[in-house]
Parts: sequence; C-alpha cells; structure tokens
Amino acid sequence: MSADNQFPQWEVFIQSKTGLPFKHVGNVHAPDSEMALQNARDLYTRRQEGTSIWVLPTNEIVASNPDDSDAFFDPAEDKIYRAATYYTMPEGAKHI
Amino acid sequence: MEDEKRLEAFQAKIDREEKIEPKDWMPADYRKHLVRQMSQHAHSEVVGMQPEGQWITRAPSLRAKVVLLAKVQDEAGHGLYLYSATETLGISRDELLEQLHTEKAKYSSIFNYATLNWADMGAVGWLVDGAAIVNQVSLQRTSYGPYSRGMVRICKEESFHQRQGYEIISEMALGSPEQKEMAQDALNRMWWPSLMMFGPHDADSPNTGNATKWKIKRETNDELRQKFIDKTIQQATVIGLTVPDPDLKWNEETGHYDFGEIDWTELKEVIHGRGPCNKQRLNHHRKAHEKGAWVREAANTYAQKQRDIKKVA
Repeated sequence: MSADNQFPQWEVFIQSKTGLPFKHVGNVHAPDSEMALQNARDLYTRRQEGTSIWVLPTNEIVASNPDDSDAFFDPAEDKIYRAATYYTMPEGAKHI
Repeated sequence: MEDEKRLEAFQAKIDREEKIEPKDWMPADYRKHLVRQMSQHAHSEVVGMQPEGQWITRAPSLRAKVVLLAKVQDEAGHGLYLYSATETLGISRDELLEQLHTEKAKYSSIFNYATLNWADMGAVGWLVDGAAIVNQVSLQRTSYGPYSRGMVRICKEESFHQRQGYEIISEMALGSPEQKEMAQDALNRMWWPSLMMFGPHDADSPNTGNATKWKIKRETNDELRQKFIDKTIQQATVIGLTVPDPDLKWNEETGHYDFGEIDWTELKEVIHGRGPCNKQRLNHHRKAHEKGAWVREAANTYAQKQRDIKKVA
C-alpha cells in the first residue's frame, strides 16, 4: 500500500458541562473544519461526554518547550506574595 | 545538554512518577518501543472488530444486536484514540497503516482465531476483553502521558465489554444442555489463546528491554497472566464451566492458581502469520482501506473547493 494522506490533523477540546473549561482529549483527521467537528463528535462523545467541542489545526498550536520551562516560568517563582498563604492573620480572626 | 545528562534527567523524572509528554526529550529507544507497542495496540483494536463484527447481523435478539454494535463501535473508537496518541510521537497515520499492511507491525494474535458461533461472542467478551482489561488497567500507569490518558478513557468505556460477554456465556451455560455444550466448547477453544495474549514468559520476552525501567510496562507478562487466571477461574466455576487445563490447581501456599504450560509453538506460528485467520484479517483490512479511497478523495476535493470559493469571495 502506498501512503494516501489521511487528511490534516485537528486537536480536539471538549467542554463536559456549560461553565467548565474545555479539556484536550486527543486528535482527529479531517479534510475540513466541519468534518473535523463531526468526527470529533463521533469519536470523543459517544457517551454524551460533552456539551461543546473545539477543533483546531494541530499545526496552528504554538507550544512552549518543556526544556526551557525553568527559565520560562521563572518570573513567577519569587513572587510568593501572590498567594494568600503569604500573609499572617491576627490570632483568633475567623473566615478570612 | 548532552545526551547522558538528558538521559539521567529523563530517568529521574520517571522515577518521580512524572509523565513524559510529547514535547519532552526522550531516548530514541523509548520512542521506538512506544511506537511499536502503541501501534500494535491500536491495530489490535481495529482488527479486533472483525471477529465480532461478523456476528452483528446474526445476533439472536435486537438487544444483543445493539449491544454488540456498540461494543464494536467502541473498538473502532479505541483504535483511533490509540492512533491519535501514537501520532504524538511523530509518526503519521499513513505510516502506521502501511506498517500494518506490510506486516511490519503486528496486532494481537488472538484476533487470528475464528468466531464460529454465538457462544464465541460470549467467550470473546468475557475472556479476550477480560485479558485486555487486566493489561490495560496496568497500562493506565504507563509513563507516557498520551498513552496513559488513552488507557484511562478506554478502561472506563470497556467496563461494559467484558460484562456483556460474560452475560452471553452465562445465559448459555445456564441454558439448555446444547447451549451449555456450546458455551463449554467456546471456552475450550478460547482459553489458551487468551492466556497467550499476555505474551511469552518474562524470561523469553524479546521486547522487554528497558520497558520496565522506563515504566512503559508496569507489570510483567507473567504477573498479568496470573492476575487474569486468578480472576477468571471463579467466574467459570460460578456458571458451571471448566477451563481445559488438567494441571490447573489452587496453590494454598502462593495464593494463586498453578496452571499448565502454554503451547508456545502455537503462539509463534500465529504471530508469524500462520494462524487460522491471519490472511483473512489482513486482506479484509487492506480491502476496506482501498475501498474507502474514493471517500477520502471526494472529501479532499470538496475541502479544496470550499477553500477556493472562500479565496474568490
């Protein structure tokens, strides 16, 4: 058999319930966006897993490089005052 | 970073039980092992539709028919989840299919056995899916992220597969004497091939290599096989069936069943293309793929047309 091109690849994101974030579940192959949506529906929501689906071309995703993650995320590292636990509350104070 | 340092960091990450993700550095052998194992897994799901798919039109009731249809549909979905996960390693779907069609990639030997009658639908769901589940539950903890997440989804969905098989076989085993005979016969034929699904003894397993160290495999072939046997014997006993193994015996000391030696020559024969249905399975897959070519062409042409229209507009 010779390769016959299995269509462009699309990444699939599913929102399981209104209000919840979309979650990556995998990919599908499809010639266009409409079929990508339908294929994603058929493949990833056979048990009503979703209320909404996003598909986008895999090659349109720009991802950070895990090897660079130390430097990349470094700016947040020394800013622990962004967390509530950083602050000391007076003794006996409740519900704060 | 030099490779040696990278390898060290890679191993440390695995030892910390962190998942390896597609963009992470990984040793070439890790990638190679995963492509081989995951594509074999994907092909098994897809080829595995055939022995059961043959019985959809001959299901004995409408209920049995929709259930079997849903199960076979799931196998197609599981094959696609796994192809999708395998592609994250940088291999294309085309290449994967080509490896299957040129017999460079394998699929589980069990699907090269024929399904002769309705009792086999029971035996396949109960034993073949049962064995697959034992393996897949273990693989949920595999070190490669996309594979692990695929396994979690597949295990969740497959919980009904084994139960529908056991339902079929128990209905027959507890039915008329003829039905019981069919159920026992199906068990007799499927038992040993199901045990072979776990692969050779650990000592003779050619693909183990670093798979354990890299936590691709979390349990060995023999451990998984033992788990499956220990679970299944009780299920057989409850419905009055016996497995075709005169050496099977409960071992009080080990807390496991002892069992007879598997016919490894048979497994080798089937793996190397000389099982009862190898040619049929592969030819069917090739033909289905070729016959679908016009659909792919039409879809591509339509998509191109839509893009051209948009450009003009």
